[in-house]
Amino acid sequence: MRIFTILIAGVFVNNFLLSKFLGICSFLGVSKKVDTSIGMGIAVIFVMTLASAITYIIQYGILAKLGLEYLQTIAFILVVAALVQLVEMFIKKSSMSLYQALGIYLPLITTNCAVLGVCTLNIQNSYNFIESVVNGAAGGIGYTLAIILLAAIRERAEVSDVPEALQGFPITMIAASLMAISFLGFSGML
Amino acid sequence: MATQIIIPVVVLGIIALIIGVALAVAAKRFEVKEDERIPQVRAVLPGANCGGCGYPGCDGCAAAIVKGEAPVNACPVGGAAVAEKVGAIMGEAVDNSMPNVAQVLCGGNCEKAPRQTEYYGLKDCNEAVVANGGPKGCRFGCIGLGSCVSVCEFDALHMTDKMLPEVNINHCVACGKCVDICPKNVMTLIPKDQIVHVDCQSKEKGKLVRQNCEVGCIGCGICEKTCMFDAIHVQGNLAVIDYSKCSNCGACVKKCPTHALIKEGRKVAPRKGLKPVKKAAPKTKPAEA
Repeated sequence: MRIFTILIAGVFVNNFLLSKFLGICSFLGVSKKVDTSIGMGIAVIFVMTLASAITYIIQYGILAKLGLEYLQTIAFILVVAALVQLVEMFIKKSSMSLYQALGIYLPLITTNCAVLGVCTLNIQNSYNFIESVVNGAAGGIGYTLAIILLAAIRERAEVSDVPEALQGFPITMIAASLMAISFLGFSGML
Repeated sequence: MATQIIIPVVVLGIIALIIGVALAVAAKRFEVKEDERIPQVRAVLPGANCGGCGYPGCDGCAAAIVKGEAPVNACPVGGAAVAEKVGAIMGEAVDNSMPNVAQVLCGGNCEKAPRQTEYYGLKDCNEAVVANGGPKGCRFGCIGLGSCVSVCEFDALHMTDKMLPEVNINHCVACGKCVDICPKNVMTLIPKDQIVHVDCQSKEKGKLVRQNCEVGCIGCGICEKTCMFDAIHVQGNLAVIDYSKCSNCGACVKKCPTHALIKEGRKVAPRKGLKPVKKAAPKTKPAEA
């Protein structure tokens, strides 16, 4: 039951993009087309889940045993950066078009604070291993959901009659903020 | 004390080492064979990432050239020299067409076409044009606030002290940024060996042109009649040169009553294959006044 709660909380209630406002850079950067945002979302799910698992092992297997918990941030960044490299190689191998579509935003997952955020929150909330992995996956799924929704809105906005002053990023910001407000409605669920 | 420092360093070092080895193994497994010509082509491109070729930066251009989507002379910045090098890599002959160069199609400087209103806004043509089309009387002329100069990355454009931009053709690479930014479409790209220009864009009737500018084209059509090569025509109160027919002879320049036509002082190679088309004196259309 607790795992289910974590999953729902991660996807809807504590959505990283829309209620914690982490990882906004790629949220606005890669959400032009639904196709690429799906790819980006899957990459983030992968990185977040794996990063949660590995950082859990590092935190409790190495750092806590040696009393070096203060190295948490720097060690986690190391893990996240390496994982992103791995994902980048994998995507380049498997889908060149997705690799080109993601462009600069793929390496930018390294500095995506949502990934580091999920790892740190796992430790802060003292989740166990399973819960950490579930929370990581839920964070990634929430990210994917939000970015696909925004991409769909932007595709519609592209062909709509938007006032000239609001075309492009301004209308995207407004759409994103309205999404954040509507996601606020989930906070009563748990 | 020392152990407090050494232990964290060693621990982090070991973690980093393990990750590094894992990445190295993964890099070998997921290695993608790129066309080796892409980095070669990329190396001879200028690397300005100006986007003048229409691709996202020099990397995009190099990839497109190797794929065959773009011609070997796709880079407008590098010109013939780069195209030759790229052609050598790609094993293709180079189409050495005449490079383009930016040209200011307006002669209305602050003396010839004075401002009619005072403008105190931002020093940017695209801002000024919002205020009733800019401070000049002529709706088609250069605003003279130098947006083209600030956008030029190759130091090829400068404002003269009479508030007109001036192209340094030795620096201009025809990237087209000035053409894109000019709200009045005064900037254009023309073949580099073209030295006769209509220095006016005004499609107003002759009387209005005269009111607003001393050197505007009034669409009288004298140049059209003078031209031996059928290269200049009045279209909508404005003389327009067909660069493929113009021989740079400058006969029209001498006849132009308003001096809207100019001939540059520099020397260019004569164009081949142009024969005078001797026209029967056309029925004189009365000049629109």
